[in-house]
Amino acid sequence: MAFTKSRLRRLRSHLSSRSLVVGGAITSLVLAMALLSLVWTPYPIDVLSVADRLKGPSTAHILGTDQYGRDILSMLMVGARTSIAVALVAVGIGIFLGVPLGLAAAARGGLIEEAVMRFNDLVFAFPALVSAIMITAILGPGAINAILAIGIFNIPVFARVARGGALAYKSRDFVLAARVAGKGETRIVAEHILPNIANLLIVQGTIQFSLGILAEAGLSYVGLGAQPPLATWGRMLNEAQTMMAFAPQLALYPGLAIVVTVLGLNLLGDGLRDMLDPRLKRREA
Amino acid sequence: MFAFAIKRFASLLVTLLVATGVVFLVMEVLPGDPAELMLGVEAREDTLAALRQQLGIDQPAALRYLTWLHGLVTGDLGTSYTYSVPVSELVGERLAVSLPLAFLALLLSVAIAFPVGIVAARHRGGPADTGIMALTQIGIAVPNFWFAILLVYVFAIALRLVPSGGFPGWEAGIGPALSALLLPAIALALPQAAILARVLRSGLIDTLHEDYIRTARAKGLTRQAVLWRHAVRNALIPVLTILGLQFSFLIAGTIIIENVFYLPGIGRLIFQAITQRDLIVVKSVVTLLVAIVILVTYAVDLAYAAVDPRLRRR
Repeated sequence: MAFTKSRLRRLRSHLSSRSLVVGGAITSLVLAMALLSLVWTPYPIDVLSVADRLKGPSTAHILGTDQYGRDILSMLMVGARTSIAVALVAVGIGIFLGVPLGLAAAARGGLIEEAVMRFNDLVFAFPALVSAIMITAILGPGAINAILAIGIFNIPVFARVARGGALAYKSRDFVLAARVAGKGETRIVAEHILPNIANLLIVQGTIQFSLGILAEAGLSYVGLGAQPPLATWGRMLNEAQTMMAFAPQLALYPGLAIVVTVLGLNLLGDGLRDMLDPRLKRREA
Repeated sequence: MFAFAIKRFASLLVTLLVATGVVFLVMEVLPGDPAELMLGVEAREDTLAALRQQLGIDQPAALRYLTWLHGLVTGDLGTSYTYSVPVSELVGERLAVSLPLAFLALLLSVAIAFPVGIVAARHRGGPADTGIMALTQIGIAVPNFWFAILLVYVFAIALRLVPSGGFPGWEAGIGPALSALLLPAIALALPQAAILARVLRSGLIDTLHEDYIRTARAKGLTRQAVLWRHAVRNALIPVLTILGLQFSFLIAGTIIIENVFYLPGIGRLIFQAITQRDLIVVKSVVTLLVAIVILVTYAVDLAYAAVDPRLRRR
């Protein structure tokens, strides 16, 4: 694909789209911190040190330490990793199970479509928190509960987006042409529909990713998420709450981490939508 | 309208039935022996046998499901294993805190979102709109329980204006009870209001461009009249969709927020029940929450049809 003049101009207009750039930068930064925590954190987070408890910011501990003497920056980095891992796998579950359901509903119609729609209604009746409560009651708490609970709720979301997108393309000329040319239903979906709704799925994926981060924080705040020694932003807030009168800063950092991450993802989602939305593209042309 | 309501009611019943089936399957059939799950593996055999008898586990699953379903319909939810009181009584007490909290939050979020969304839409592109959009963008990203913690810090710890949590009970009078629910309701409402205001704004911007708006203006209606009689009414459909969706988030939010403020609502009840492995209580509360979400979805469907007559024919 050669860079034509108009393509170059479009690229430049994307780069000048502030939400895409800012959102992309924030998201990359958080991702980088999370990845870095896999190989290095300033201090280990599973070593408690009473001597270092509740230290203010210093060169040794940039954000200070918590009531157990753990380095807050290190905790935030591991917390980023937990949040991102949970939300990302949950989005994966939604895409890999939801998209085929939605595509099948759009392509086949009739009973299959009806069944998928009723399934969607049913799953929407189980908010992630309620599923997490059920799973925890029988399995005990853990990160896997949060992933399952959020992931299950993502399935109907992606099924809806995929079905809606596929229906819009189903009667377009190029799909009819492919059918006349003798392509089977599966090939048409894979070669003509899926590439066209990929944009929609990417934008929805970003939205669900940011909702997943919020949901994970809520679940781990009430103790239904990942368990110690793994750090989570939600549990950091829970532990900070008991120290509010003496060390309010402990409740500040994890909350800010959540807000910045979610804000970054939302901006990225907005930017991606503006960039990928075919209607906007047509208006440009 | 009536035929539409009946048709939707039938599918409501089916969804409720299947949902209770799912809850029963997950909480009664999957664990194998709920009695052992509740008492732990070290439990004595005779205690286990007694609980199995109480739960009716010696009977086939299908029969137990039907018995449970019959109990749900007649309001008999069984007896809590840890509290030794009827679950319906426990849940009733707690709902008297959670439901008012959820409705107060819903009311607040609508009361904030409507003026804000309308101002933003009317001054589209202006400084007010830009400011509102930036604020709502942040509002969406703030987790309500963190916002709640910040409110507790500012108003209870730093300014000492309100107690940091707890609930005096409705016996203490409407005033004290409502004021105990005010901070939690604000914490729940603001993030919701941010979403709602954005949806209302974009809905209004779409409708304000329609021909019938210009016609209404041309025939001499004032801006205000056009806004309320034509634009807002047509922008209500997306707003209702979001309100319905938000209600399930609001319920989840209530459960979490109650833990920030130590409110004796459904949320505190269910987490105590999980810690104490009181599956009877967990099962009942989960069913209740799911039923509320399904009922609200049904109500939203009816509201759609009331707002937009075209939808009744589907």
